[in-house]
This record gives sequence, C-alpha cells and structure tokens, in this order.
Amino acid sequence: MEKVLLKNIDKPDAYKIDAYIRYGGYKALETALKSDRDHLIQLVKDSGLRGRGGAGFSTGLKWSFIPKDPTIPKYLCCNADEGEPGTFKDRGIMDNDPHLLIEGMIISSFAIGAGTAYIYIRGEFVFGIRRLQAAIDEAYAKGFLGKNILGSGFNLDMYVHSGFGAYICGEETALLESIEGYRAQPRKKPPFPALAGLYGKPTVINNVETLSCIPAIVEKGAKWFSSIGPAKSPGPKIFCVSGHVKKPGLYELPMGTTIRDIVYNHCGGILGDKKLKAVIPGGVSAPMLTGKDLDTPMDFDSIAAKGSMLGSGAVIVMDETTCIVKMSYIINRFFSHESCGKCTPCREGTSWLTNVLGRMEHGEGRPGDVELLESLCGNIFGRTFCPLGDGAVMALRGALKNFRHEFQHHVDKKACLV
Amino acid sequence: MLSENAKKDIQAALRKYPNRRSAVMDALRIAQADGGGSLTKGAMEEVAQILDMRPAEVNAAAAFYTMYNVKKPVGRYYIQVCRNISCSLLGAEHLIKHMEKTLGIKTGETTKDSKFTITTVECLGSCGTAPMMQINDDFHENLTTEKIDGILKSLK
Repeated sequence: MEKVLLKNIDKPDAYKIDAYIRYGGYKALETALKSDRDHLIQLVKDSGLRGRGGAGFSTGLKWSFIPKDPTIPKYLCCNADEGEPGTFKDRGIMDNDPHLLIEGMIISSFAIGAGTAYIYIRGEFVFGIRRLQAAIDEAYAKGFLGKNILGSGFNLDMYVHSGFGAYICGEETALLESIEGYRAQPRKKPPFPALAGLYGKPTVINNVETLSCIPAIVEKGAKWFSSIGPAKSPGPKIFCVSGHVKKPGLYELPMGTTIRDIVYNHCGGILGDKKLKAVIPGGVSAPMLTGKDLDTPMDFDSIAAKGSMLGSGAVIVMDETTCIVKMSYIINRFFSHESCGKCTPCREGTSWLTNVLGRMEHGEGRPGDVELLESLCGNIFGRTFCPLGDGAVMALRGALKNFRHEFQHHVDKKACLV
Repeated sequence: MLSENAKKDIQAALRKYPNRRSAVMDALRIAQADGGGSLTKGAMEEVAQILDMRPAEVNAAAAFYTMYNVKKPVGRYYIQVCRNISCSLLGAEHLIKHMEKTLGIKTGETTKDSKFTITTVECLGSCGTAPMMQINDDFHENLTTEKIDGILKSLK
C-alpha cells in the first residue's frame, strides 16, 4: 500500500516547510480553501474516516454537529496527549512530519469554521513540542496561518498547549479543562463538546492521526480512502508494535490487516522464536487476545467482535515466558496512578485492584482474591464519568477470561506459573 | 523570585489564550525550569499574582500534574525510567535496579552531590524503542545496562 501517514517519515528534512512543500505538501490546503465547508464535511463523512484516538467515531459526523452560526466562536483541539501505554504513532508524526498535522488542522478548522486551534501535546514530548512550534512559526511566515489565509478570507491562529503529566488529559473533556487551566477532571456529558466545549464554545477534538488523514482525503477523494481496508472501517492505519517482537516500531498498513500478518510478517515474528502467549491489540485498556485470535483483522468492528478494542492500534506482544499476573499488576498500577480522583469507584477501585494484584504478584495472595478482583471490577465498570475505570476493568477482565488459572496459581502456590 | 526572562516568557504564554487562567500550566512550567527543576511556594505565589489567581488555585493545578515537582528539589539530572508494560517486557525492572546500584540511591532519591535523581514514570510513548528513560528533556531509548553506564558517565 502506498503510504499516506508515514510517507515523509524517512525523507530528509520533511519537518521543514520547504521540504514538506517540495514533497507535495500544502496542496490540499489550497484545494480545500477553494471548496466550501459543507462540501468538506460531506467529503470526510463519505470517506468513512473514524477517529484514530481509540473511540472510532465518524469524524465527518462529529464535524457536522458543530453549529453553522458564523457569529459563534469555535475551536479545534488536536488531541496529541498520546498516553495510552504502547502507543507512539502521534509522536512519530509530530517529530518527523509536523506539517502534515498542521495542514490537516488548518483544513479541518476551515471545515468547522474554527478561528483558533490548539494542539494539546503531552509535556514529556519536549522534542515534538519544539518541532511543532517551529513548524507553526514557518506556517505563519508562509501565510498558511494568521489572517486571510492564501487570500481566502479565512483566519486561523494555532497554538501548542503543553500538558504536564496526566494520562486523563487524553479524555476529551479533561483535555478541555486542562487548557482552561483547571485540574484535568472529565466533565459530564451531555452537553457534548460540539455544542459546549472549550470556554463553553462549540469544539471539535480530534486525534493527531485522524487530522493527518485529512489532506490525503481532500487530495485523493473520499472514494479512494474508503476503498482501503474494510468498508465500515476504512483507511490507512498506523500500528504501534512493541514487546516481544523482532522488529518493533510503527507500521502503516491498511485497516483490517490481521494480527498474524503484523506480528509474523511485518515484525519478523517473536523474539528468540518463542511462542506467542497473548497480544493486546489497542493499548492497555484493550482486553488481551491469544494465539487463537491471530487471524482477526485489525479494524474497529472485527476486534470488537472478539471482545476487545482496536483503540489506538498499539499492539503489545507477549511471549510464552510472560507472567500475566505481573503484567496485570503493571497495567492496573498504571490506571490507579492515573485515576484523576473525581469518581469514587475509579479512584478507590483501581487502587484496591492494584493492592490485590500486588500481593498476588508478590506471593502474598489470599484465598478468595480472584473472586475479589471480579467483584471489584463489577463495582467500577460503568459507574464513572469517563472510561478510565472501564479501561482498567476491561484489561483485567480480559486477562482473567484467558488466564484465570494463572491468577489462581499465584494465590494457591504463592508462585508463578512461568 | 522569578527571573526577568521567565516573566517575559509568561507574558508571551498569556497571548495564546482568551483568559489569564489558561496560561497557568505554561507559567508553572516556565517557573519550574527557572527554579532548577522544582517549584517553590514563592514561585507559585508569583505565578498566582501574574495570572490573577488565588495561590491555592495555582497549587491545585501544580499538585495535579505529575511533571511539576512541587516543593521537591531534584538533582541536576532528573532521571525518569519507564516502568510500564512495553518497557517491563524488555527488562525495565532490571535496569532500574542496575541504576540504583550504580548511583547508590533508591528510586525517588537524589544523590548527595545533588547530581542525580532517579524516579519511575508511566509510559512515555517510546514503546517501539523500549526500554527507555528520560533525562531532563531528552529521551534515551533501546537501553541496556552498558548503554546506561555510558550515559551516566557522560553526564558532567
């Protein structure tokens, strides 16, 4: 497949605007500015593009919820918080090809009528923050940002907002709270951000990879995009592969590529040619799958049908020597560390899960602990404002479903099976 | 006291937003860098004054985000080792122990000469090049114990 999102990643100087233009960049912006807003929204709807941050919601539909009244200020926020463990695709784009994102954001802002756009990037990405700021400055100097962009009459300002260490900011309403200068705790929905988002104004929040698809859709058309991969979940997708594989890294492949193809063909198989034990298909919130699921196509619907999530497309591979109890402990420790503290079931529940998993892992499990985990899961799931607590539960339930005997062994024998 | 440069940077950050409070994260980041990697009560009070916020509100923001070292001095080299899943699968635990042994401190501590602080962090988005750590602004990836020894030696 011809690369769309990572096409410039290895080209020299792609992060500089002149090189990006030389490689064909900012042509889509010219085309878009000559078109009208409704046409662009329809185009993105027709393309079938679904949000690459994890939820998989139709991008065009999300845009269409924005009120048309030109007197109301509107915002575009790019979610570049990239915190889901296992995920490093947005960093790949921002570090190496920042103008692809910026061009996508200018077109998207024009489509929804936003006059201000923020890139919410996690604070640890110091290199990416500098790259983006330099790229934004270049775009202003070329007249792609600021007043009357390319003579179209469209004005747009773009800013980088740096997070400072909070996974919860990847949740879209927490992200908005954070830009407004508050603790990043999710808001109640409704109202949805499309009606009352940043500063109470209509706001679209899209992921880096989603926005980076936009220039190609404008240039090559909706039909071209929707013909890549499965009909209901089309387009190119960046898979972030990590863990026990020979060649970890970023792989841009059509949606619907099977897990087997990714792990054994593109990534060269398991380290040391060991056997695969489990694979997390979409970041740690996604329930783990096992060897019997290897032929599942990696797209939103096929992975959901297996009881997991495509999520961010972060494929984490674990070989036969991996202790699932230990991994579950690490995953849950992460969730309890990152719980924002707003909802009691998540704040208290994830810490409790971590305590129980910790004692199991350290040979101090008590009879009934496996059942206790299950009961705690039931008291967290679906009882919180945002999906963080649900993510913790889904991950653990996935592990228990496939490897319950390992947890029980830790309790009964005070020892690990592997 | 915030330096003149820091104050100038905070004024620049204010231009990004329609209200003053939105600049609090930038202002705290600037104040922390200005203060050698941690935030003092005095610096946070100055930020509050510049942004027309109550000191408690500034403190609430600073306490929420883990990258602000509130009233917690750190070494000249602030080492954050990833302990999340992809790095763990490839031996992060072993690397943390190695570093603790080499520097003679436990995770969360600072060496007596105030040169190094070791801490663990959750995923930093560098999973394809695991295991990894961040020292001040820079990522160090595909780590081995030999590579860590070389990096620590190169830091003056």
